[in-house]
Amino acid sequence: MSNHSDSAYEFAVHHGEEEGKKVRKRIWLIFWVLLGITTVEVTLGLIWKSLSANPDAIWGMVKWTFIILTLFKAFYIVFDYMHLGHERRNLKWTILAPYIIFVLYLTFICLNEALAIRDFDFMWWNS
Amino acid sequence: MGHQTESLDTEKIWGGGESPFGISYGKMMMWFFLISDALTFSGFLVSYGFFRHRFSDIWPVAENVFTHFPFMHGHHPLLYVALMTFILIMSSVTMVLAVEAGHRMKRKSVILWLGLTIIGGLIFVGSQAWEWYHFIHGTAEGALQMADGSIAHMFGDFTLALSDGTSIAAAEAGEYFGHSHIGHHHAHIVGITGEASVHLPQALRAMGNGLALGSEEVQQFILTGDAAKEAIMSGNIIQGANLEMNEYGVPLFADFFFFITGFHGTHVFSGVVINFVIFVNVIMNTYEKRGHYEMVEKVGLYWHFVDLVWVFVFTFFYLV
Repeated sequence: MSNHSDSAYEFAVHHGEEEGKKVRKRIWLIFWVLLGITTVEVTLGLIWKSLSANPDAIWGMVKWTFIILTLFKAFYIVFDYMHLGHERRNLKWTILAPYIIFVLYLTFICLNEALAIRDFDFMWWNS
Repeated sequence: MGHQTESLDTEKIWGGGESPFGISYGKMMMWFFLISDALTFSGFLVSYGFFRHRFSDIWPVAENVFTHFPFMHGHHPLLYVALMTFILIMSSVTMVLAVEAGHRMKRKSVILWLGLTIIGGLIFVGSQAWEWYHFIHGTAEGALQMADGSIAHMFGDFTLALSDGTSIAAAEAGEYFGHSHIGHHHAHIVGITGEASVHLPQALRAMGNGLALGSEEVQQFILTGDAAKEAIMSGNIIQGANLEMNEYGVPLFADFFFFITGFHGTHVFSGVVINFVIFVNVIMNTYEKRGHYEMVEKVGLYWHFVDLVWVFVFTFFYLV
């Protein structure tokens, strides 16, 4: 064992008043971003049906807008509020890789299968 | 925030005597816990997505389910859940401000911001209880549930006699009005007078209801005359939602609602308890003596995670 203590890492992140001001400014900036995105989402949720004469045609686009905005929010929460953006690259990938690889795949395969099963049952009932 | 520009020598950081991730043991374990917890939530949301796509033709639209707002009458889709989202985002901000104050060793600021975080969490849990209450109790008039569990819409000018001795009269305009105080149970329909029509959900093509329907009626999903009466008599009037029935649509929707928001609400509640423990420690000077406020940072990670999960629940349950 080395005599190295891990207190050299994160316990030492004390900062002064000057640095604190900058940090707080960023915290509030991100708050406004999160609030703004949520407001856009809710507004879109309330009005999207009146945006087009044929709402069904634009639903796919609206849905992807919601999902992309959600990912933006998630990014800001994880990278700034949870500080992951400032951690070492190896920690970032340890945390993010399971989701990028596994959860995206699981989502794809489950939704795809659900639609296939739905269509199969539908044919079976009507045959 | 910035201690990042060091260049990393892989051999050195994995060679022992170092924290390869450059963070303390406690924070790393919190991250590992969050990784596994997030996988649980991913599993919940993906299975929700599976059944929602499988039953896409009869899945209820959340907008039509959660329409109440305290002290306001009428139809207010999305507003209440938007407010809940705002409360949780706000409490995430106060949490990160508490962490920041900890970095400056400002005990009083930590107490202020952590205290506000706890209050925000309690308001959120209370809001969720309010929403559950309304979902469980349902609408005043209830809905017609068919034998396969699906919900059908009745319209016309008719009166239903129920097994509990009460009756439901429909207005000519189409929507039927109930008086009913079924009290979130279901009631059998014992009689029907007048002219009624029924709009069946598409899933009834499955014929799971034992109705003898002509192919034309099945194609249009709208029954009239005796076929409508037969269909109505084969169903029950239900009110509200629980794990077995749901007046707003397929029971699975209610199951997922209770499980996902319930599991998330449990996390919020645990977060409030953990935050409170740390809050007491801050007041008792524990972290001043220790020389750092890392514990606040660790519970902060957990708290932001709870907020993060809600961001996804909000989108996939209420918006999409």
